Amino acid sequence: MIEELPRFRRIADGLVRSILPVVLALVVAGLIIVAMGSNPLDFYAGVWKYGLTGSNWQDSLRLMAPLMIIALGLIVSFRGQLWNLGYNGTYLLGSVVASGFGPVLYPVLPGWIVTAILIVGSLLVGAIWAIVPAVLKARFGTNEIITSLVMSFIAIGVVNLLIKGPMHDTNPKVTAPQTATIPREDLLPFLAGTRVHVGIVIAIVLALVAQFVVSRTSFGVRLDVFGASPKAAQHVGISRSWMIILLFCVSGALIALAGSVDVLGNVTYQRANWNPAYGDAVMPFVFLARLSPLAAIPLVGFYSVFANGGINAARSVGLNSDFLLVVVGLILVFMTITEYVGNKRRLGQSYLPVGMKQSVMAIFGPRSSARPASGKVTT
Amino acid sequence: MSSMAAGPGVISLREITKAFPGVVANDRISLDIVSGQVHCLLGENGAGKSTLISILAGMQQPDSGTILVDGAPAPINSPKAAVDLGIGVVHQHSTLVPAFTVLENLMLGETGLVRNEKRAVARLEELSELLGARIDPKALAGDLGLGQQQQVEIAKAMWKGSRLLILDEPTSMLTPQAIEKLAESIAQIKARGLAVVFITHKLREAYQIGDCVTILRGGKNVGHIGAEQLASLSEAQAHSAILAAMFGEDITTPDAADLAGATEARREVDDWGGGAKSVRLQLSGVATHGHGHDTDIRNVSISVHEGEILGIAGIDGHGQSALAEVVAGQRSASAGSIRFDGEDIARRGVRARQKLGLRYVTDDRLYEGTVAGMSVAINLVLKRIGQAPFWKLGQINRKAVDAEADRLIGEYAIKTPSSATRAGTLSGGNIQKVLLARELTDGARFVVVNKPTYGLDLKTVKLVRQILTEFASSGGSVLLLSTDLDELVELSHRIAVISDGEIAGIVQNDGRGTAERVGQLMTGAIEGTHA
Repeated sequence: MIEELPRFRRIADGLVRSILPVVLALVVAGLIIVAMGSNPLDFYAGVWKYGLTGSNWQDSLRLMAPLMIIALGLIVSFRGQLWNLGYNGTYLLGSVVASGFGPVLYPVLPGWIVTAILIVGSLLVGAIWAIVPAVLKARFGTNEIITSLVMSFIAIGVVNLLIKGPMHDTNPKVTAPQTATIPREDLLPFLAGTRVHVGIVIAIVLALVAQFVVSRTSFGVRLDVFGASPKAAQHVGISRSWMIILLFCVSGALIALAGSVDVLGNVTYQRANWNPAYGDAVMPFVFLARLSPLAAIPLVGFYSVFANGGINAARSVGLNSDFLLVVVGLILVFMTITEYVGNKRRLGQSYLPVGMKQSVMAIFGPRSSARPASGKVTT
Repeated sequence: MSSMAAGPGVISLREITKAFPGVVANDRISLDIVSGQVHCLLGENGAGKSTLISILAGMQQPDSGTILVDGAPAPINSPKAAVDLGIGVVHQHSTLVPAFTVLENLMLGETGLVRNEKRAVARLEELSELLGARIDPKALAGDLGLGQQQQVEIAKAMWKGSRLLILDEPTSMLTPQAIEKLAESIAQIKARGLAVVFITHKLREAYQIGDCVTILRGGKNVGHIGAEQLASLSEAQAHSAILAAMFGEDITTPDAADLAGATEARREVDDWGGGAKSVRLQLSGVATHGHGHDTDIRNVSISVHEGEILGIAGIDGHGQSALAEVVAGQRSASAGSIRFDGEDIARRGVRARQKLGLRYVTDDRLYEGTVAGMSVAINLVLKRIGQAPFWKLGQINRKAVDAEADRLIGEYAIKTPSSATRAGTLSGGNIQKVLLARELTDGARFVVVNKPTYGLDLKTVKLVRQILTEFASSGGSVLLLSTDLDELVELSHRIAVISDGEIAGIVQNDGRGTAERVGQLMTGAIEGTHA
């Protein structure tokens, strides 16, 4: 039986588990920078400078918009214990809807109608692409990790084919495999006085809506029951198949939306073989946020600043920008360790694996205290 | 306490203590296991029997205390050490691989490079003779009846040459006939000079099979009746001595005797009025098809009347969950009709049936019946998610949920710090009360209960049975699925036997001999299928 912690201890525990892995990762990353012959303080100062100061914070927010929407897409499926890892392909599908059809439609239809069409279109494409792994999972119990990954590879290939083929820029001077650029006046509007497009507002509003749905509505409870135990969900009368299909579709639609928002607000055209792999970067933060949409906002915000500032900061201290992914990986490693140790501590157990302590004590420990005092728990 | 003889032929436990977070499972337990004797370990669920066995089997290490074998200290710090000492355990649940043959199962622990089948067959023959049971080495383990499977388990435990055989509640799944056979095998093993530890919570068996008895309560050794002493007591005297130790003073003797299986089970519910009452649930020719690995049901026709408790007896895994789920609406019927108060409900889902008053208390309380990470309050309204007054316009009304939760917590005396406590932190008995409270409230008229008292402490067992009989006497109908024959005899008006997914027969529960008739139907049906 697990003792219930008092409320403030639980909140404190949650905060520690969310922040400690990030701090540890930054410390170890600093040591790696030292080992590579640079000054870590310069690097972190650079992150601050290029990520936040001047107008750099605006670029961080532009990066945050797609990251946050992808995070929500991941949260939706992960809360149902469905591991939709097809985010890279889905994101590119969403973006190619905007970058491929945008240049064709904007000249012939009013701008706001086209934007609406592109956004709805990307939502639909994302949802439809997610149906395949969802149906396979619901009907045959196929592992969705594999099917969604494979669908992602297919999507990446399809997107490249489209950009090199029918969606290639019609301007004969452009030989590089890329789509036509969407003109400035057709892009998503900027927030007053900044270069931050409304995508960030969409992302934050979606996060707040998602938070409301999961914490206050009956659907949120059903989702959590389903995530905690599909057997319990069936017992309560929740259809497993429909839940899987619904969650996959919503997840896919959101991730594809991130793609179209990013194209319409930020990147304006799409090259073949372009794959920012935002989902990979955002994944650890989704878990650090304990799959809470609200808690994901500051964490994804932190990463946006870190990634935006980190590219220039890395360059200024002579590191490759791939170094950022090393930090993301380190966060994942420390998150796993923090969870393990935290759970052990809550259960009142030793941090050492079962049996190891006894074996170690038997060899090195003082003979008299090799056996712990009676009543004290060791495992 | 017995005289502490730590000589040859004795495995002695001295002051064994083992604690887990929040509970001391074994608190300075000392006992001697003498060769050539059957040592009965009695105690209710949670008394510390299982922990003690896993310490003897080398699966857990005691926090303190020593184990002496033939007078010399012998730490058992791994399952291998236990096997080397000749300690074999037969666990309560089968550990055989169903898709392997008997011989392959027995040879699982072999370490040699090449399989030596000839030697294995010879060893099995030796053991079959000892157990007095013929075991076909080529039969698939999954094809054997439960009694035979248990004989294979015993052979497996004694495979490496045993000096101590531990049987963990070996009778809980067996028919009366199979229990007799097991008793014969145990007598043979004992005659060979081996020690046997026999764990049970039924007094009757302890007296019949055991040479000496140790009673555990709350992790402590609270009583021991030595071999000479037990032989000198009459059955009734032995019972009252054991009961006093088992329960202390907090339960009255007739109740305790009943719960501890000292007396033969008798029907304890009132008559329900017979055929005059209307039929509430009627299954005709119902079958299920293809849901995972458990047994489907075929051609099941039963009816349950208003105020009636219909028991379903059968060995675990013979289609009970399919039957329960098809009634509750969690599985669809592939054939036949399901009528509830005359209305065809075969096409209705779980939620529609719940609203009609058809409820289901599942046997998988932890993973199916409750969501451990959610509050007791949410778990209490789990079947009414989205319904008024708990949800308004899709939004949760926490006040209404908490009020309902507090009402049910009070009514069913659920022990929980508050309604916001996570359900997973409650004890098994209180989780079962949560399930009963949730299912029997708000217009329940029919309830399917699957193994309602399995793994509960005796006081909760009594309470659960009381809740069910009261529900029936107030006009509710109960479909009671259980593997505990005594429970079925005590509670049911009629008992149907399910075997391999089919109803083998229905027995009227009137007067003595019901258990034997049900047992005959069970064995008859099994031998019919596996002959």
